[in-house]
Amino acid sequence: MGAHGTYAWAAGYFDDGDRPQIVTSRFKYDDSYTLDRYHESGGYQGLRKALEMQPAEMADEVKKSTLLGRGGAGFPAGVKWGFTPAGVWPRYLVVNGDESEPGTYKDRLLMELDPHQLIEGCLIACYAAGLSQCFLYIRGEMALAHERVAKALDDAYRAGYIGKNILGNSFSVDIVLHWGAGAYVVGEETALIESLEGERGMPRVKPPYFPAAIGLYGQPTIVNNVETLANLPFIAANGSAAYTAIGTETSPGTRMIAVSGHVKRPGVYEIINGTTTFRDLIYGENFGQGIRDGNELKAFVPGGGSAPWFVADQLDIPFEGRQASSAGSMLGSGAVIVMDDTTDIPAAALTLVKFYAHESCGKCVPCREGGTWLYRILERIVAGNGTDADLDTIREVGQSICPGEMPHAASERLGLDAVPFPYKMTTICFVGPSAYVPVHSAMTLFPEEFAVLVTKREVRSMIPVTAAPVGGE
Amino acid sequence: MSDEPDNDLTNEDDLVAADTAVETIPEPDPNAVAITLNGREIVARKGETIIAAADREGEYIPRFCYHPRMSSVGMCRQCMVEVDTGRGPMLQPSCMITVLPEMKVETNTPMAKRAQEGILELLLINHPLDCPVCDKGGECPLQDQTLSHGPGESRFVEEKRHYEKPIALSEHVLLDRERCILCDRCTRFADEVAGDKLIQFIERGNATQVSTFPDEPFSSYFSGNTVQICPVGALTAKPYRFKARPWDLEQVESTCTSCSVGCRISVHSSRDELLRFQGVDTGADSDSVNWGWMCDRGRFNFESIEAGHRLGVPLVRSEAGLVDTSWNSALELARQLIDGASSIGLLGGARGTNEGAFAWAQLADAVGIAHRDAQLGDGLSAELLGVPRATINQAAAANTVILVGPDLKEELPVLYLRLRDAAVHGHTKIIEFSSQSTGITRYAWRSIRHAPGLGPVEIAKTLADPTIAAQIASGDVVLVAGRSNMAVSEATALAAVQAVLSAVPNATVLPALRRGNVVGALQLGLAPVDVDHDALATLRLAAAGHLDLLVLLGADPINDCPDADLARRAIAGARHVISIDTLPSESTQQADLVFPAAAFAEQRGTTTNLEGRVSRLNQKVTVHGTARPDWMIASELASVLGHDLGFTSIDDVTAAIAATVPAYASATPTAIDSADGVLAVNTGGGLPSVEATEAQPSGYDYRLVVSRKLYDRAVSTTMSPSLAKLPIGAGAHLHPADHDRVGEPDGAEVRLVSASGSVVLPLVSDDTVQRGTIWAPFNQAGADITDIVDSSTAVTDVRIERLT
Repeated sequence: MGAHGTYAWAAGYFDDGDRPQIVTSRFKYDDSYTLDRYHESGGYQGLRKALEMQPAEMADEVKKSTLLGRGGAGFPAGVKWGFTPAGVWPRYLVVNGDESEPGTYKDRLLMELDPHQLIEGCLIACYAAGLSQCFLYIRGEMALAHERVAKALDDAYRAGYIGKNILGNSFSVDIVLHWGAGAYVVGEETALIESLEGERGMPRVKPPYFPAAIGLYGQPTIVNNVETLANLPFIAANGSAAYTAIGTETSPGTRMIAVSGHVKRPGVYEIINGTTTFRDLIYGENFGQGIRDGNELKAFVPGGGSAPWFVADQLDIPFEGRQASSAGSMLGSGAVIVMDDTTDIPAAALTLVKFYAHESCGKCVPCREGGTWLYRILERIVAGNGTDADLDTIREVGQSICPGEMPHAASERLGLDAVPFPYKMTTICFVGPSAYVPVHSAMTLFPEEFAVLVTKREVRSMIPVTAAPVGGE
Repeated sequence: MSDEPDNDLTNEDDLVAADTAVETIPEPDPNAVAITLNGREIVARKGETIIAAADREGEYIPRFCYHPRMSSVGMCRQCMVEVDTGRGPMLQPSCMITVLPEMKVETNTPMAKRAQEGILELLLINHPLDCPVCDKGGECPLQDQTLSHGPGESRFVEEKRHYEKPIALSEHVLLDRERCILCDRCTRFADEVAGDKLIQFIERGNATQVSTFPDEPFSSYFSGNTVQICPVGALTAKPYRFKARPWDLEQVESTCTSCSVGCRISVHSSRDELLRFQGVDTGADSDSVNWGWMCDRGRFNFESIEAGHRLGVPLVRSEAGLVDTSWNSALELARQLIDGASSIGLLGGARGTNEGAFAWAQLADAVGIAHRDAQLGDGLSAELLGVPRATINQAAAANTVILVGPDLKEELPVLYLRLRDAAVHGHTKIIEFSSQSTGITRYAWRSIRHAPGLGPVEIAKTLADPTIAAQIASGDVVLVAGRSNMAVSEATALAAVQAVLSAVPNATVLPALRRGNVVGALQLGLAPVDVDHDALATLRLAAAGHLDLLVLLGADPINDCPDADLARRAIAGARHVISIDTLPSESTQQADLVFPAAAFAEQRGTTTNLEGRVSRLNQKVTVHGTARPDWMIASELASVLGHDLGFTSIDDVTAAIAATVPAYASATPTAIDSADGVLAVNTGGGLPSVEATEAQPSGYDYRLVVSRKLYDRAVSTTMSPSLAKLPIGAGAHLHPADHDRVGEPDGAEVRLVSASGSVVLPLVSDDTVQRGTIWAPFNQAGADITDIVDSSTAVTDVRIERLT
């Protein structure tokens, strides 16, 4: 009997009460990625269980488990599956393995260390949601993940888990491996679909291009994150009740969080959803073990590079979506970036803005032009060549990307109240706003660090700039 | 009231009562969607976008990437408005959101205006503000919308983005990447409309730019359209580049006569010089011809009208060759030649106006010219025009289009665009009979490959196939009929058309005849009475020395007749030749008397396209030199010959056509000037019965296909600097496997030998060509393939001889 209710967990899962391990249970083995190890530790039992059920029953289990999507939006996977229109074939499963949000590296580990768990999850999803084919899209930079998933697919095909008449049933599905070309924006589901189709990775506009209705090759398509799917073998093997016994009602189960930055022990940790707090994660003995060199916490990014920042005031917020958004940010992709009091805040913001400006696909004007503009102003400010007018311009450019009130955390130090998440946006996807979010957080929560960098100007006027090179046409 | 319909509405009161009844119970329109736009209740159409509905209501929403003829991409984010579907107002791009009942749209709220201003500021930060020297300045959507919807000033103080400028995308389209705002219009056009996906975005983020693929220019026949739809001055075309400022341009609407599609265009000039042509789109639903598109040949070949080669004064042959003369002495000489001739042939008239063709036909009637033909043996019998005709819109909406004719992409490019669109975005299925892959093959539902000289038996068999028969039976059928191969006799080509019509008797026909006003000329009196008086018969008569006078009305038989040898012999054999033309052609050079004719845009008039649509030609520039319109030359000639055609102005001729030609009865000036013109179609008659000669196997290895490319040796192409380099040149194209068999490298010269002659041409390996055939482009620079075509045989078989 486990510590989380009276459910007997299937072999292979590890539950010690404080740290139940659903998706990372095999990480401790050196050969965790092999089919042999997977078999030994209860692998493919979930699939067998699922195949004993009717697809609708299995889908219902997933729905009852309230398994939240782990890609960033946190939408319940079982509900998402239900959005596909009835009677339209073929329909596809696309696995979003293009994990590239700054600070996030959990899916990479899942693919590198336990590829069979992902494959089993894909098969269960295809069976339950009635999907004819699966496309596994792995980020271009993840060579080891690609290699191990490819090997695992070969082994699983040979063992009869994938292909025609899986495990002697009438259920057949193929999994196609696709290696991305290295673009952050392809982590956005519609851009990923474009890329998979061989087009330039640029997001499609929703509506009408909701993947569940018009997705890959114009067919209904479910796009799920790697970690989301990796949870399915557990749910299939142990049932949704065992899953919901962990965590809270709105955020059941566990989730993986990548901790990076100025903690003593950065890494990926599987935490209990909904109850574990940021303080637990950053300071807990099993997790980050506190700030390096005995320094103080200055700020942290709670949900990947595109999430508004939190400060020490928000440490006691648990990993629960609604609490995080009313505090002014989001849980996002499961990545916490910790900054201690030695951090140069404008420089830290610049690093993030540079990333998003560089990764803009070029489709929407606010992102393509605005992102780079923000980056160039901030670059100038950090170099000591900014004025206070530049700070106004940053906010104005930000308004062109995210009109209206911008979410941010509360700060007792500054007497600020929180503005809840989310923001409005003029772009198709979140890359554009993501370029503004870090600089907005930095300027809002640490205005004094910008004030000392800029020169005061009474009247706004043109700043002399280097002349454009003469010549051209 | 009884349920039976009351048909007995004989007295007027009942009729009035019925009308009132209809008014009080309005039929709910299933396509109407009631929405609120800026506080006003409006009726939008089901499935349309907010921006389209707003446009119709006169509420302008700023936009860059949106184009009503292309799919929406929501790229520029300029058309953001606030949309409330019951969950509160949300900022949405109006080009992407379909109208829904009870939707509330606000285009001018502070939030929407802030978003619109923000986008414009962002678009301008890297856009060089070189408006004073930019071709687009003055007609620039970016400039205009910055003024109407943009912020007052820019806060951008960084250095702008720099690129080398301009770079050539193709022979005539240049790209300035600094001005480009990346709206995806040109790239979308190339992909969606033209089907030539040759330009694409490269790089990303702020470095995104439009580019061609390495070593592959944007060699689309439709590249000029990208310049027209570019919302900034990023794309420019060589012919217009730096020539004028928009506010110095004068423009008039007209109809392109480069081919018989008859695209609606506007002609722009400055200081009495033609500067550019642009396609005109009359609106989303009603546009019947070109939807605003044009092909590059039609768009840029006006350069030849302005070229220095134009004929400006009458020329007469003397010992020193052709020398200038006066109109009076030229007319007098013509009178003598006509009076002294017992047999006269009149060829041509298909490149001019309806009025020119009609006046010349009247003159021919008055003088008694029996041999006349507007075609040069390269088309199909004029009786094709008696078969019930289809319009382009009907073809593009038909269930099935059967294509027995030329490669439309090469000969009638904008018809190709319309049918491609029908096949790709509509429900039309195209069944193509062809002896090689054509532009439309990719989009055809069935592309039937056959040996050159397609026989009626083969057609009947194909159309009887159960799947194909079921498709044909499923709805309306339009037959696009023309001449696909000029190495096959007209009779053989006609037999194929007949075979389709007997298999599908209810099919309507869209004649794929090529020259600008060929349909008008044929319908207005320049059609031969029978095959014994057609162009080939006339040329044979002349070649045999039995023709006293050959009149070439804008015709160049040496380059345009499929039997070039016959044409040469005919011009040499005719006692005298009079040519009426705009530019000197090979045939003109050998004439005894040359009248300079007014060119396109130098005269008013009307033209008839392949549908039979009569539309307006307008004058924009002064006539070159002393050149005169064709109708005036005919009138003057008639008068020196003692006849009075009764015409003193172009409008007299237009009126006379409406008064005397039944099909043109409704072609009144007002009707002609309306958006869609007037349809003038002869009904009745039908195809003459032709005996199809089944091609017999011969001792030769290959069967010859000769067909046109868009760019050839036509004077309007070779004398337009932007187009002159584009013809591919003469060659013998073979399937790669056949090419291997010949054992000569690509480009090596070989001798092609047929029963009627031989010609030396370079070999070209070409996988669009079917095995066992040779394809040779017609009328290209180099040796004449038509030298080995005998117009009297059903098909032309050839063998290849190595020169080494």
